[in-house]
Amino acid sequence: MRSDARSPVGLKLAAFGGLLFLHLPILLIFLYAFTTEERTYQFPPPGLTLKWFAVTWSREDVWPPLYLSLRVAAISTALALVLGTLVAAAMARAKFFGRDTITLLVILPIALPGIITGMSLRSAFAIADIPFSTFTIVLGHATFCIVIVYNNAVARFRRMSGSVIEASMDLGANGFQTFRYVVLPNLGSALLAGGMLAFALSFDEVIVTTFTAGQQSTLPIWMLNELVRPRQRPVTNVVAMVVFLTTFLPILAAYYLTRGGEETAGGGK
Amino acid sequence: MSRMVFFAPKGPADRLSTLFWQRPKLLLVLLLAMPLFWLVVVYIGSLAALLIQSFYSIDEFSGLIVEEFTLKTYLELLRPSNFDIILRTVSMAAAVTFASAIIGFPIAYFAARYAKGRWKAAFYLGVMLPLWSSYLVKVYAWKLILAKEGIITWAAEGIGAGKLLNAVLALPVIGGNSLSTSYIGTFLVFVYVWMPFMILPMQASLERVPGSLIEASADLGASAGQTFRTVILPLAMPGIIAGSIFTFSLTLGDYIIPQIVGSSRLFIGQAVYTLQGTAGNVPLAAAFAVVPILIMLAYLAAARKMGAFDAL
Repeated sequence: MRSDARSPVGLKLAAFGGLLFLHLPILLIFLYAFTTEERTYQFPPPGLTLKWFAVTWSREDVWPPLYLSLRVAAISTALALVLGTLVAAAMARAKFFGRDTITLLVILPIALPGIITGMSLRSAFAIADIPFSTFTIVLGHATFCIVIVYNNAVARFRRMSGSVIEASMDLGANGFQTFRYVVLPNLGSALLAGGMLAFALSFDEVIVTTFTAGQQSTLPIWMLNELVRPRQRPVTNVVAMVVFLTTFLPILAAYYLTRGGEETAGGGK
Repeated sequence: MSRMVFFAPKGPADRLSTLFWQRPKLLLVLLLAMPLFWLVVVYIGSLAALLIQSFYSIDEFSGLIVEEFTLKTYLELLRPSNFDIILRTVSMAAAVTFASAIIGFPIAYFAARYAKGRWKAAFYLGVMLPLWSSYLVKVYAWKLILAKEGIITWAAEGIGAGKLLNAVLALPVIGGNSLSTSYIGTFLVFVYVWMPFMILPMQASLERVPGSLIEASADLGASAGQTFRTVILPLAMPGIIAGSIFTFSLTLGDYIIPQIVGSSRLFIGQAVYTLQGTAGNVPLAAAFAVVPILIMLAYLAAARKMGAFDAL
């Protein structure tokens, strides 16, 4: 659409008002991490303090969930990187029978609500008698992270010109050398972006995880428990801030890695 | 050394490359084998398990799962208490979708038509960051905002609208003790969390409206309002419908938001979660989980007819 010079005032107000609506609530989390009020969510905070960071640091029940979340996110991202890139490479190569079905198959885990993915996995574990473990959490997370890596990789494959690969072959490189020295460097930043988004998604995921974790507790599950039965609200505030930053920074990095291209990261979650 | 020698296969990697070159299908199969195995076994297998479970039933006396095919579990969904849950969830999803379209449209429209250069990037980031940032933290932020002692009550009293807020909360059904225990609260959080999913496809379809059509409409004497109603809106419709697929489906399947912010009346997601957990009734939980799938299949079929898939 062609850009016009001036916009109606009402539209401008509605647009910026909408953006404020999307951003102000998050900022509040930062304020509450410093509040001196312990028992309620009182606004404005009666005073500001740094002590909750120290309290959170020394709380022993926060660390194991954090480690578990980091471990799950790292393994799921690694698996998704391999599987997502493989599908993207195949899809970029040729048109073949069943292509659309494969696209659908890749997108489905994120298109269907998390509760369905979660409940399906839960049913499968029940039928196959698989006990809950880190592995069962990873199984769910990797499945919906594949599409994130795939989206980023397939867009880059499409942009990469085939002539570069042919040139590499003509110069005597075999398929593996071409992949290592030509394809991978071209793909690098797209994979990095996809990996970071996948990491952020997995680190933060709670709906599928509640079905696949059993008694284990990831950081989001820990937070959910605190939300339902609060013990020390300021500690939850601090953890919320940490979780937000842990997911926010990779997302921002992914944006800067892929911006300018048509396939800016984050278009499809 | 002749050229032929230079190009001759030297090691296993070369020979393998030659093989792939001669038989591209083989490479394709090898590339797809692992990811497809994963997706079909883990995901499709699980969906099948869900379907199978939903046709089992639970023995009322022993509480054990009877592994025989029956439609009894699906019939239980029609019981008034269960059917209410489905109706409640669907109406909430419809309301959230509608509100997201209304509030999100000006953002998408401004970003597509008026924002340029740095502002365009800022708008894109401004929608993308909330979309990707931590779901649970977003919900938590609203718990703080909507609490009885929170910022909304404070602001309402500050501008002398405390009575108005109380009057709204006194409304039957959608009101409650405080905003964080009412349907209004649940609705607000749903709109907040899912609206970015509506904005992005809307903006994409608005970007594709050709400027020449808008000029032609103006040349032919249409007012700005007429151009909007008869040219821009119909062309943007596929994007709106594509966005509504996300907001509708995500609201249907969510169980965290109504659990944290809302009255104690259940939504489909909560029913699934409690049934499979504390109640131990996995078959009924599975049957409940099939409901959003069926609703979404119908929704997708309708959306496809209206051309929404071209806007995805």
